[in-house]
Amino acid sequence: MKILIPVKRVVDYNVKVRVKTDGTGIDLANVKMSMNPFDEIAVEEAIRLKETGLATEVLAVSCGVTACQETLRTAMALGADRAILVETDAELQPLAVAKLLKALVDKEQPKLVILGKQAIDDDANQTGQMLAALLGWPQATFASKVVLGSDKVTVTREVDGGLETVEIGLPAVVTTDLRLNEPRYATLPNIMKAKKKPLEIIKPADLGVDIAPRLTTLKFAEPPKRQAGIRVADIAELLAKLKNEAKVI
Amino acid sequence: MSYKAPAKDMMFVLKELAGLDEVNQLPGYEEATPDLVEAILDEAGKFAGEVLAPLNFSGDQESAQWQDRAVTMPSGFKEAYRQFAESGWTALDCHPEYGGQGLPRLVSAAVREMWKAANMAFSLCPMLTSGAIEALELCGSAEQKQMYLPNMISGKWTGTMNITEPQAGSDLAAIRSRAEPQGDGTYKIFGQKIFITYGEHDMAENIIHLVLARLPDAPEGVKGISLFVVPKYQVKPDGSLGERNDAYCVSIEHKLGIHASPTSVMAFGDHGGALGTLVGKPNEGLKYMFIMMNAARYAVGLEGLALAERAYQQALGYARERVQGRAIEGSATSVAIVHHPDVRRMLMTMKSQIEAMRALAYVVAGAHDAAFAHPDETERKRNQAFVDLMIPVVKGWLTETGNEVAYLGVQVHGGMGFIEETGAAQHLRDARITTIYEGTTGIQANDLIGRKLARDGGATLKIVVEQMQQTIAELDKAGAELTGIKTALVKGVAAVVEAGAYITANYASAVREVAVGAVPFLKLMGIVSGGWLMARAALTARKKIAEGDSDPFYPSKIATANYYAAHILPAASGLATVITTGGPSALAIPEEQL
Repeated sequence: MKILIPVKRVVDYNVKVRVKTDGTGIDLANVKMSMNPFDEIAVEEAIRLKETGLATEVLAVSCGVTACQETLRTAMALGADRAILVETDAELQPLAVAKLLKALVDKEQPKLVILGKQAIDDDANQTGQMLAALLGWPQATFASKVVLGSDKVTVTREVDGGLETVEIGLPAVVTTDLRLNEPRYATLPNIMKAKKKPLEIIKPADLGVDIAPRLTTLKFAEPPKRQAGIRVADIAELLAKLKNEAKVI
Repeated sequence: MSYKAPAKDMMFVLKELAGLDEVNQLPGYEEATPDLVEAILDEAGKFAGEVLAPLNFSGDQESAQWQDRAVTMPSGFKEAYRQFAESGWTALDCHPEYGGQGLPRLVSAAVREMWKAANMAFSLCPMLTSGAIEALELCGSAEQKQMYLPNMISGKWTGTMNITEPQAGSDLAAIRSRAEPQGDGTYKIFGQKIFITYGEHDMAENIIHLVLARLPDAPEGVKGISLFVVPKYQVKPDGSLGERNDAYCVSIEHKLGIHASPTSVMAFGDHGGALGTLVGKPNEGLKYMFIMMNAARYAVGLEGLALAERAYQQALGYARERVQGRAIEGSATSVAIVHHPDVRRMLMTMKSQIEAMRALAYVVAGAHDAAFAHPDETERKRNQAFVDLMIPVVKGWLTETGNEVAYLGVQVHGGMGFIEETGAAQHLRDARITTIYEGTTGIQANDLIGRKLARDGGATLKIVVEQMQQTIAELDKAGAELTGIKTALVKGVAAVVEAGAYITANYASAVREVAVGAVPFLKLMGIVSGGWLMARAALTARKKIAEGDSDPFYPSKIATANYYAAHILPAASGLATVITTGGPSALAIPEEQL
């Protein structure tokens, strides 16, 4: 069984991001970039499935700028067998990525796609769901446990009320939540081997996909700074303020 | 008390100063391309920060524990070591023939800096093992290599160096441990060794001791010392472990620092003799030790750099958070102490020296790779001469400066720095051993002025000085921005030339007076070499900016080099005066008046 793991290159989780002064986006100049942490969990899950013999090939894919090759090398250092980069400098919105992934799925015919439930840069939480819809495949999102069978997969999902276990038929799309597993560290021999694993670079046009953005971003702004508090004289004043000014009671 | 590997400065030094792109042209090192090295540093940094660093403070508090000849490591160490070995880090620069990755020393230097900064006590175990591996690679028989190397390189077994005895510290001629031939090619070893780092622990299934001892017919002094390999458990021909050898840890030391590292007293042969085999030829043990000495001294130098980096990160974090006092120029509210000019001065003193030390350490590592692997013999020799000259400087200057930086780290914290729970004190305590073991600063300095300087009449130093002058010429062309650096470097180089000439001229006739200035000369060499490389860094940064690179790293590099030139380099002239005039006053009064 082949597993496809889409991985996204995002601002490293340790970086405190800044909005560009003109409000057109996040300042990415000289900022450390890494693999989206939810995607690391997806990579780990796929590699574990391969190690237990349930999967035969793990294919990592990424969509974006040339530097996404580093992210794919990281996935291969962790254990992915090969990688494909859909290279473009254009802005990619979740729908465009989902369409690109659909085209790759059509080409590569994996039985399972595992990806992060969301990326930590835009927190959209859409790509996996859109991909499943475009493919007409069942989906199980926010997975905290994945049990793979030959023609179905049993997934425990993290939902508001607790845990929900679903069984869906293959092929399917699974998106990962934080508790699914703890990603491993890449070993030195695997980092060195990753350099020699095949990494194919294609363009969105090669897949015949229109990646034009459907949404327009109006502006980016920092969250408002927290205002200093005020001291109230007594409970009565506090209640009055909550009722009349904050209007929360 | 976290640690974040300074990967950016590391890559900058590797690429722009230490010649990574020349090193990966050398036969055998082709794989070490910048993108691979960056991936390695990335992952090593993660491992250091997430696995090793969190055990640093707890390891210090808990200490290694000894009971009934066994040592229990602090919580988490065994698991961390297992992960460390499984990740393949023990094999980084080892020979591919026995499972190593064969990466150059240059890459290993950066990675090792991370282990040492994250958890110095932990890092000593792989460090000593790699020393033992190198000894066996260089001097062991084919059989010994086959028996020990694969498991040591994979990290399954660890290694030790058993040199010191109670009466034989800096003076190895006094070694008394003895080896009795058994007639079958094996020897029984008897004697006591002290200060054996990781002589006993519970992280690996076997420990391979390399032991210096005397054969029955050995000549007196250093010419009668042989090297033996003595495993904790005998290794059977099929590779499985056999009987427990008569090599026991009879206690561990209670130390000022590196508490998690078990510093063992080893008793060999108290119960009939510890079985071992001879490494290399009889009576050549000391020669083999000297081959490894460069690597060991270099590695300890890195510890000075690493602890300085860790102390700086800790102090910087605190200085940014700690709000105390109004700004000296006036402010409405209290400010974070990082705003105060004196705290700034301390932090910049730390930062600028760390960057200078890193530059020197990596440049020497790069030269070491060229000395080892360059196809051209002249190039090999030239690089080896540079390495030989600089090893005592790396060992002595980096560890002395590392201590100064760790001292400042405590100072930045104020009263909290004196409290153990803060964690700043540990770096100072851990750093304290580095100027002592593998040869004290005094020993390094004597090696520098005697074997490295006086012996060749200053020829190698002259070549280094010429390189420094080349940099000065480049600074000349670079314009006003770097004038301050140029002026300071010119004075610094003049100080080196003056002091070097004094030492070579007077070494034979007034060796005691000259030797008084040995440590000052070592510091002078460190300060000026660091200044030279910071100047080169500033030149590179200037070029990058001119090319349109907007990375704030580059203006910061120039500013840091300026600080180094203004605050650190001026000491050079004073040191030259001390070296050339200070000898007689140190020796004037009779010993009983001291």
